[in-house]
Amino acid sequence: MSLIHKSAAELGALIATGEASAVEVAEAHLDRIEQVEPKVQAFLHVDREVTLEQARSVDARLAAGEKLGPLAGVPIAHKDIFTTKDMPTTAASKILEGWRPPYDATVTARLRQAGLVILGKTNLDEFAMGSSTENSAYQVTRNPWDLAKIPGGSSGGSSAAVSAYEAPLSTGTDTGGSIRQPAAVTGIVGMKPTYGGSSRYGLIAFASSLDTPGPFARNVMDAALLHAAFSGHDPMDSTSIDATVPDVVAAAKNPDIAGMRIGIVKEFGGEGYQQGVLNRFHDAVELLESLGAKVVEVSCPSFTTALPAYYLIAPSECSSNLARFDAMRYGLRVGDDGTRSAEEVMALTRAAGFGPEVKRRIMLGTYALSSGYYDAYYGQAQKVRTLIARDFEAAFHQVDVLISPTTPTTAFSIGERADDPMAMYLADLCTIPSNLAGNAAMSVPCGLADEDNLPVGLQIMAPVLGDDRCYRVGAAVEKALESRWGGPLLKEAPAL
Amino acid sequence: MSVMAYDEALDRFEPVLGLETHVELGTVSKMFCGCPTTFGAPPNTHTCPTCLALPGSLPVANVEAIESTIRIGLALNCSIAEWCRFARKNYFYPDMPKNYQISQYDEPLCFDGYLDVEVEGKTVRIEIERVHLEEDTGKSTHVGGATGRIHGADYSIVDYNRAGIPLVEIVTKPIPGTDKLAPEVARAYGIELRELMRSLGVSDVRMEEGSMRFDVNVSLMPRGSSEWGTRTETKNVNSLRSVERSVRGEIQRQAAILAEGGRIIQETRHFHEDTGTTTPGRSKEEAQDYRYFPEPDLVPIAPDTAWVAKLKAELPELPSVRRKRLQAEWGVTDHDMESMHNADAIEIVEATIAAGAPAADARKWWMGELARRANETGTSLAELPITPAQVARVTELVASGALNDKLAREAFDGVLAGEGDPDEVVAARGLQIADEGELAGIIDGVLAGNADAVEKVRSGKIAAVGALVGGVMKASRGKADAARARELILEKLGVSE
Amino acid sequence: MSAITRDEVAHLARLSRLAISDDELDHYATQLDDIIAAVAKVAEVAAEDVPPSSHALPLTNVFRADEVRPSLTPEQALSGAPAVEDDRFRVPRILGEEA
Repeated sequence: MSLIHKSAAELGALIATGEASAVEVAEAHLDRIEQVEPKVQAFLHVDREVTLEQARSVDARLAAGEKLGPLAGVPIAHKDIFTTKDMPTTAASKILEGWRPPYDATVTARLRQAGLVILGKTNLDEFAMGSSTENSAYQVTRNPWDLAKIPGGSSGGSSAAVSAYEAPLSTGTDTGGSIRQPAAVTGIVGMKPTYGGSSRYGLIAFASSLDTPGPFARNVMDAALLHAAFSGHDPMDSTSIDATVPDVVAAAKNPDIAGMRIGIVKEFGGEGYQQGVLNRFHDAVELLESLGAKVVEVSCPSFTTALPAYYLIAPSECSSNLARFDAMRYGLRVGDDGTRSAEEVMALTRAAGFGPEVKRRIMLGTYALSSGYYDAYYGQAQKVRTLIARDFEAAFHQVDVLISPTTPTTAFSIGERADDPMAMYLADLCTIPSNLAGNAAMSVPCGLADEDNLPVGLQIMAPVLGDDRCYRVGAAVEKALESRWGGPLLKEAPAL
Repeated sequence: MSVMAYDEALDRFEPVLGLETHVELGTVSKMFCGCPTTFGAPPNTHTCPTCLALPGSLPVANVEAIESTIRIGLALNCSIAEWCRFARKNYFYPDMPKNYQISQYDEPLCFDGYLDVEVEGKTVRIEIERVHLEEDTGKSTHVGGATGRIHGADYSIVDYNRAGIPLVEIVTKPIPGTDKLAPEVARAYGIELRELMRSLGVSDVRMEEGSMRFDVNVSLMPRGSSEWGTRTETKNVNSLRSVERSVRGEIQRQAAILAEGGRIIQETRHFHEDTGTTTPGRSKEEAQDYRYFPEPDLVPIAPDTAWVAKLKAELPELPSVRRKRLQAEWGVTDHDMESMHNADAIEIVEATIAAGAPAADARKWWMGELARRANETGTSLAELPITPAQVARVTELVASGALNDKLAREAFDGVLAGEGDPDEVVAARGLQIADEGELAGIIDGVLAGNADAVEKVRSGKIAAVGALVGGVMKASRGKADAARARELILEKLGVSE
Repeated sequence: MSAITRDEVAHLARLSRLAISDDELDHYATQLDDIIAAVAKVAEVAAEDVPPSSHALPLTNVFRADEVRPSLTPEQALSGAPAVEDDRFRVPRILGEEA
């Protein structure tokens, strides 16, 4: 098997034992990127020399006997929303074109320290606002399963890169489903850790109280290894939890779910859901029961208002978070001809530098926070947020994890929902509650939809700091399904 | 612009004051990042991703700033919030990197307190509405144009060293009932607050560096009315003297408008040191809407009772308590104590006493001769180029009989002129009291030349001795000890009192 | 009745410092109207006695010690600046005092 088809754990082992060098592994992936990128367009930035330099440095560290983690020398692609000292960081926005941060995000710094080698920066919906990666100011990323389809979003470059074997691992951020939904529609594993379990320092903020960095991988164990490598308390992030990270690697190694109580969220399903998605979900429920889990239906009535609450809270925070892009200290500056005022230059630059979805959300958030509207919109949305957290709390008294389809449909076609923001927002229906409540949630592949042979994801939701439960259930589903299918789902994907 | 005479304005209207004070805390690092706070560093050397608002950066609150704010709240008799949050105040401005200020909105850390100030023997209780914590902005320099000021400039250059320095905002409730003393009350409040900050050790309060700034609210209501008028807010008043002057000026300006049937516009105004008047700030097309919301990047502050109790137990002696103690120790009247306080002389008098001067002498020189000199040169006592120790040395020389008051004043002249310590000035200028032999010679000369006065004294009009003493002082060019001269004259004339 | 008028959208654009053309304004007004109509559903939730949540988790009292950490060099601080003069960020003229 070629290096690019190996798992991250396998690559780490080969490099640790000296059977392969970090440079060889990086070169194999850079070659693959060169080969398939014209079709997939997952990356915004690749710099072969910078990557190989990093790989050489890891080889040297290992040769010098430095103790690095199990992923030392393994390549990774970072969503272009994490700052990187040696590569530009743009959030897929024209307003940050060419910006080179003078500092590393905690996630990128920790992974560098652990010896991971950065292949490049992946595409996303501008400032992570979207569910299809079509809102990138630079390019449209394709779903490797069907190049006419979206790879999900906002972390669509990261999901596409992993499912196209351009990278064994990638990072993403999940604000309303931006890791889980792309993972689901590209047939890979994506995890949204507990809010505060992974640091936001150096993650360009979209909605501060929701943004959560997390891993993409082609299998549950790889995701766990990556999760463990960058998680944990960060004093640079006030919202970071000062507690031991749940042992997700041990959980991924132990796919025993006999006796586990699993809840189906009654409010998810039915109208608006693709039949093939519901079919695979029902298969997964049967599978879980066959593995000894007790599956019951649980009601979370407030989840039906999660979507509107989210589309008030996230834009409100974003309207403020994106105010710093003002042409004064960094990034684009438009219209500074010596006659215009700072105020005018700010407005011209922001109009030119932000795409339509970003502008929509900034204006929506500005509206929701305005005096006279605050209580009815932002204030009320925060109350709904409390109700959703209470629903989760009550549910987790009855069951260990909750499950649902990750997203109501499989990957839709590029352009299909581009002019219909509300239709686009529906992609996040099932994923949003966990962002509002801050709990852990994962998407694992659970088969192909009958209608279109495109991947379907199973969402597993666990309590705050119950991330290990996602990995345990995810690993159990993965193991059972792979033995049924005779290998991973991704082998069904067409060759690129 | 017409103004009304102050006394007339007060006859017709009653002022209501309100004061918002910004104090830069003396923490070593900024409010939300580890950049240093020292003043005067080269531009943009005290900046980092957080205080420059680089994409991805995050704030973490400085615990010392939180504790300082709670200390201030406790010293101002405030309640301390059991749970409160930072909030974002959203508005675009180039010297504010994030285009929002992290501040506090409806949940201040401290609220509902008071501060008593003494003015003309009267205690005025200033009610404190809130004390909250926020961050400072960067500093713009306006380039080009005729004036170097913001209007008419071609462009600006910004230094973010100051951005993110912790600022405490102390807001009073409206202060009615000060009557004609409104300007003095405003100033006395400023003095008291500054002393409080110093005694708490939370800020060095260097007003000339802008580390304490006042926004002064003034409104007037016609005598006999109970409805408060429209207020104006004069921004960023930078000295205690200016606080007093801006209140006075604004009362006179508003009174003139109201007297002519005009209306006061609710607006922000700027104070001009040179003229003592205020002018309006730029009027805004639209009312500001700051869209405050809880800061999601910071978690709530929940000071538990043990923490607050510990901070309370550690509070130092507060200035008002200290003044009462010093007054008892020094044995001075209420009036003397208040005038020392309002002249901002307490600390310096205390230091002079600590350096060995008797309390009465320390007070006498600082509040008399030296206050006069400070007033002449338009400086504060603390700014005079003389130390408490030097003043104490002069009082010692007087007490020992080496100098009299007139010579002491000459010694002060020398010290203030930079001629060195008192002993050096005394030596260099040859300041010394005439000795007994010299004095006897001078007296003989004066008696011989003033036969009339001598006769009067001999005949029992002892008061006439004053003229003879004066003659001795004159003849000795001030170096005689006047009391001794008087004794010797009476002795020589064989007269006893 | 629409939830938001064209004038209100123009006001939001000004508050948000977005120079939006008249044509765009119509487009955004229609879209924002749809979105606001949809999100207004939160108002239907009975939540009078429910406390609002501004944060995902109930953490409190996260502070840092008052210690100096290394700053950026001025070169790093100014590296992304569109215009620099005398180690300061050069910005277009500022219309008036704020706040």
